Amino acid sequence: MLTDMPTGQAGPEEPQTQPATIQRRRPDAGQVVPGPPAAAAAQMPDVAGDLTDELIRSDQWTDAMLQAAGIPVIDKPLVTIGGGIGSFVTVDYLRIAGVSTDRIAVLTNLDYPWQTYEYLTRVSQIPRPERIRSDSASRPDNIWGFPSYAVAEAISDRSFVPLWHVLIEPMWADFYTPKAGQVFAGLERESKRIGFTSMLVKGQVRMVRKRQGGGYFVILTPMLGSGPTKRVAYRAEFVHLAVGYPGLKYLPELQEFRTAHHDFHHVVSAYEEHEHIYETARTKHIVVMLRGGGIVASRVLQRLMDDRAKYGLSTEIVHLFRTYIAGAHGPNAWNRRKGGNGFAYQGFNYPKSVWGGQLKAEMRTLEGDQRAAKYKLMGGTNTPWRRRWQAQMNEGRQAGWYRTMTGTVDQMRLDGGKIVSVVRTSAGIVEVAADFVIDCTGLEADIAEHRVLADLLEHSGVGRNPLGRLDVERTFELRGTASGPGVVYASGATTLGGYFPGVDTFLGLQVAAQEIADDLARRGFCRRIGTLRSVQQWLRWARNRQP
Amino acid sequence: MLPTLGGRIQTRLVLLAVIGGLVTLIIGPVLPGSAPLSVVYRNNFLILIAVAVLGIGWECLYHFVMQWRWEKDWPTFFGLTTLVPEGLLVWLLLRGGDIPGIRGTVPPDAFCVDFLAVWLSVWLVANGPMRVPFIRWRFHGGRLV
Repeated sequence: MLTDMPTGQAGPEEPQTQPATIQRRRPDAGQVVPGPPAAAAAQMPDVAGDLTDELIRSDQWTDAMLQAAGIPVIDKPLVTIGGGIGSFVTVDYLRIAGVSTDRIAVLTNLDYPWQTYEYLTRVSQIPRPERIRSDSASRPDNIWGFPSYAVAEAISDRSFVPLWHVLIEPMWADFYTPKAGQVFAGLERESKRIGFTSMLVKGQVRMVRKRQGGGYFVILTPMLGSGPTKRVAYRAEFVHLAVGYPGLKYLPELQEFRTAHHDFHHVVSAYEEHEHIYETARTKHIVVMLRGGGIVASRVLQRLMDDRAKYGLSTEIVHLFRTYIAGAHGPNAWNRRKGGNGFAYQGFNYPKSVWGGQLKAEMRTLEGDQRAAKYKLMGGTNTPWRRRWQAQMNEGRQAGWYRTMTGTVDQMRLDGGKIVSVVRTSAGIVEVAADFVIDCTGLEADIAEHRVLADLLEHSGVGRNPLGRLDVERTFELRGTASGPGVVYASGATTLGGYFPGVDTFLGLQVAAQEIADDLARRGFCRRIGTLRSVQQWLRWARNRQP
Repeated sequence: MLPTLGGRIQTRLVLLAVIGGLVTLIIGPVLPGSAPLSVVYRNNFLILIAVAVLGIGWECLYHFVMQWRWEKDWPTFFGLTTLVPEGLLVWLLLRGGDIPGIRGTVPPDAFCVDFLAVWLSVWLVANGPMRVPFIRWRFHGGRLV
């Protein structure tokens, strides 16, 4: 139920009785306002400092409501929720703009910003020595993107090869992409430089609610035993949400099979640990069925093919596409994407110019259905065309151990220890038996699956964009969530569908961070990074000095 | 690079003016030829202006060509090799006496050295260091204002 006012003691006159919203340069930032008054003790829940029914129901909270619930309040002008690379890049911008560490809190359940990213890349077959799918100048540890990863690699390896590579890409070489290990090392260095860990508060964020009088309360469930109360509230003028992907969604038939057979071993998602499949392939002949035609499918395919060649294995691969791309596709000669053998080929998630060029400028002007149609045209499942992968797949096709099919799966069943998929193809029903099925479709759950976002959708007034995700302005402000001078921003995958498409990428997070930092500067929170400061700060970055 | 048409033109004009101007100043005294330094500077700056003015037309052509690229990008190599047609056009105009204000004859070797030095400097700056003072430049299609 939505309510405009909190229930109970808070009335229409309440805003006048509230102190001014979070001050811009609050001298006591970080100060804890502890404990409930004795008179409020009767309203307190059983557990000290927990959410009350009144708090859960109310769209707007007063300071008194928190005090009555016994939830300690900590003042921080800006709170970022998530603590992954989205939070990191935004905080990096703000630190470089001159914001001190005591004015920012990073609420997270992660130990370091690249923790989730490293896990996901590792299990989806990009360990540290392998290269990720990211541009040379997309450096989350360097807001300038200079020197690029290619230049840095050329210097560290004393080699011209990376420089030659970026010179001739993408015509005579695949796009240059950095090694995952290089990315993580850079993030670690920058994290130390900006004092990221000093802003880190471990715990689980439960909700964000508007504060009467302006700003927001962010409720954090701290690590067990880290404080006397179950919850802690952060009172902030600005909130930044970078919670990443709301969750993984499985294909329905895979989920049904896994649930019915309690089998999480033979039917896996590529984003789960599935090393056992590669280990089994080294001990006996197996058939693996792959689902999906994106970058993760390519990576898993590469691992299977690499192992096949390296250890002399006899692994067979059946690759099932829902939509088979036979060749170049697009509405006209100006919008034609390469494709073939089932895959749509594209260097990165989107055409490159969404991150700064023509398509970025164009998307900023589109609304509603027009924007959704443009997303459909340039998005969809795609993977890079890489010379090595092409050679491996060609070899597999010729030898018969790599086969592709097009269709959907009606049903899956166990038969003689094999997983039989009943595939509906254009030529009729075909049954495919495999030892393992790897789901590489990477379907994402609805944003409402995320607890904080679900609460926000219900209580803040935020809407959904044409793709059903969080509706943000061009400045990445969440529409409908303003609270006095307070603003909630969001960046990352949860905002896909907005005026800027490449949100869930390193460069996309930097585009968002720049917009957010500039908007915060307009609101007086920090200085706008101008030419002089940018040069000064780059020199400090280059010498690994604090901002 | 990921340019818009406006960004292309702005970047070209600013980089030719600043980087091109600096390189022209520095390289003038060491260029081959017997003309006095004042004439060398005059001629070379007129050539620089010609490259900038003609460049507006070239950028429109490049933007048109770019429309056939799915990524709507302009690879680094393209930015380097376009020096060939642009250099040839300026040289032909120079030989034909179509660049106003030129005094005497510009030796071919001096033209080559000057043109290459300016072009390479501008190209190198546009592909990296430009991002340091102009932090929003790369996200705005190369626009500076």
